[in-house]
Amino acid sequence: MSQFLQIMLSGLATGSIYALVAVGFTLIWQAAETVNFAQGEFVMLPAFFVLIGLNVLGYPLWISLLFGLVLSIVVLGVMFKKLVVEPILPSGGISLIIATIALGTFLKESVKEFYGAEAEPFPPMFPTDPINVFGAVISLQDILNLVISLGVVVLLTLFLNRTRTGRCMQATAQSPEVAEILGVNVKRMILYAFLINAALAALASFLITPVYLAKFSNGETLGLIAFIAAIVGGFNQIRGALAGGLLIGVLDNLTATYVTAEYRAALPLILLIVIILLRPQGLFGTSEGRSV
Amino acid sequence: MNGRIIFAMAASLLAATAGAQAQDVVKIGMVAELSGAGAPSGTNWRDGIKIAVEEINAEGGILGKQVDVTEYDTQTDPQTSRALVQKAIDEGAYAIWGTIYSGSTIVNMLVAQQNGVPQFVGSEAPAIVEKGNPYIFRTSSGAQKGLPSLTPYFTDTLGAKKVGVAWVNNEFGKGGHDVFVKEMENAGIEVIADVPSEQGQTDYAADVAKLKEANPDAIFVYMNQEESARFLIEANKQGLSMPLLGEVTLTEAKVIDLAGDAAEGALAHVGLTATATQIPGIAEFAEKFRSAYDRNPTHDAIKGYVGAWATKYVTEMVGEFDGEAFSEKMHGLCLSAEEYPKMLLDTCWDDRGEMSRPSFMVQVQNGEPVVIGTVPAN
Repeated sequence: MSQFLQIMLSGLATGSIYALVAVGFTLIWQAAETVNFAQGEFVMLPAFFVLIGLNVLGYPLWISLLFGLVLSIVVLGVMFKKLVVEPILPSGGISLIIATIALGTFLKESVKEFYGAEAEPFPPMFPTDPINVFGAVISLQDILNLVISLGVVVLLTLFLNRTRTGRCMQATAQSPEVAEILGVNVKRMILYAFLINAALAALASFLITPVYLAKFSNGETLGLIAFIAAIVGGFNQIRGALAGGLLIGVLDNLTATYVTAEYRAALPLILLIVIILLRPQGLFGTSEGRSV
Repeated sequence: MNGRIIFAMAASLLAATAGAQAQDVVKIGMVAELSGAGAPSGTNWRDGIKIAVEEINAEGGILGKQVDVTEYDTQTDPQTSRALVQKAIDEGAYAIWGTIYSGSTIVNMLVAQQNGVPQFVGSEAPAIVEKGNPYIFRTSSGAQKGLPSLTPYFTDTLGAKKVGVAWVNNEFGKGGHDVFVKEMENAGIEVIADVPSEQGQTDYAADVAKLKEANPDAIFVYMNQEESARFLIEANKQGLSMPLLGEVTLTEAKVIDLAGDAAEGALAHVGLTATATQIPGIAEFAEKFRSAYDRNPTHDAIKGYVGAWATKYVTEMVGEFDGEAFSEKMHGLCLSAEEYPKMLLDTCWDDRGEMSRPSFMVQVQNGEPVVIGTVPAN
């Protein structure tokens, strides 16, 4: 029972962080109709911004986290949109997808070059002491990671559904032309989507790096799993990305514990194939028809 | 016409200078994991070598020639390492220093063997010296020699009856795992949880949960540096209370740096450690390393240092740069620390290139690896 509780909790905690990254995929898809293949590197980079704050500028942890968040929003939100998306988007979605692949490699190699190839320790935001829940010793860090990630996704959903700005963003995602006719500032709404994505990536980075350690290559696995989570859940729905992330996190741990540890890395890919065959729009996604 | 003559003279002068320079140096190919998962090992190996080469060149080089080391980054990819060993040999390397990851060494050692080039490696998988390669030499004992030194700790000190083993599923991990399981079997200790993980794995929640559920008396952790650190962090997170023992990597400076408080109390059998400051040569090397790189040297750094100095000592014994003669001399050779101080400890190689020397038991105490015992050479 203790083991099951721990691996479920760990799976949900890790899955909720995958969900944060997967939601970013969804937001960028809805804002620019492109897949950001640098999303994994978007999660890797903020941790290094924090390390610069801590080790180079000598800020305390919380100031460094704030510094990392602001810098992430500027670099991964504003600059990504202005310097990569806006100039390339008129050339078509495929060009932009390739540009994001190149951007991912650029970010990864830049961190390797300027910060180093070795992993670096990253301080946890919360106490790491284990606590007792119904007789089972489990991790407080996992519980807080889960609560924060889920809380942020719920708040984001409420923001998109219950506020005027959020509804304008949804209208822009559904049809930019119609939204513009209705008086929505489409450019600003798209910018908001990029800023939110950058903030989510930064948060995911702050939560997962204490366990994964800060390393230039962290984005490779994270980006792939979150991409699969977004497809499994439904690429065009935030609740789908949430479900996909949690599902992969939990299944990964269950497989490693009760079935096989050797083939755990194959699980997300198997899940992806099954979903594409049985429900191409994802568990919670809506199908988007295309005509020739 | 004058222009042509001047050009020809300049070209001849340049060629002569280059030729003279080539005669004054001996080239060494340092092929190591400078990026990728093996970077913590590879960069330390490189930095240890740098210090050794600086000292060797200050003492007049090898047989009067300055040592010219070219660095080749394998990116922790075995196939890349194979191509780079070939490249180093094509560029005139007299010896190869590296690689550290056993999975790479197994793939690239044949290239050095076919070319008759001596190769000092930091790898510890048993299979490396079992392939009849006369040109391969370790800079630390293989797992099959190191791990038996841990058995008395499990049987006598801990009185363990059942143990768990968490290991990384690569050449290094498999070699150590197989030796450990056999050792436990011979000692009458039951392995009740056998948990493999992948190289570069980031999430150890399931692995630790499985070990915790099995509740062994102690856990043997046999992984590379980053994986060891992630395992320790997760073990701390889940409140794993039994002793964690490793071979070499678990108590390394880099692992302690990455895992922080989670490394506290971890134990390991270590072939070489910078904290064995009672050995004068090790203390001196550690001090030089710290002042050069502002960090503590790992055992990989000391291995690189020892490999470089062994190349000098043995080449000068042979009296010429002859790979075949070098290899013949190495087999069955012992270098005493008294006569060859830069070897740091009395060191011997057998007829397969396996190494023997005294070793240490180390425990992490207050964030530092502390020597808690010495193990004689076996």
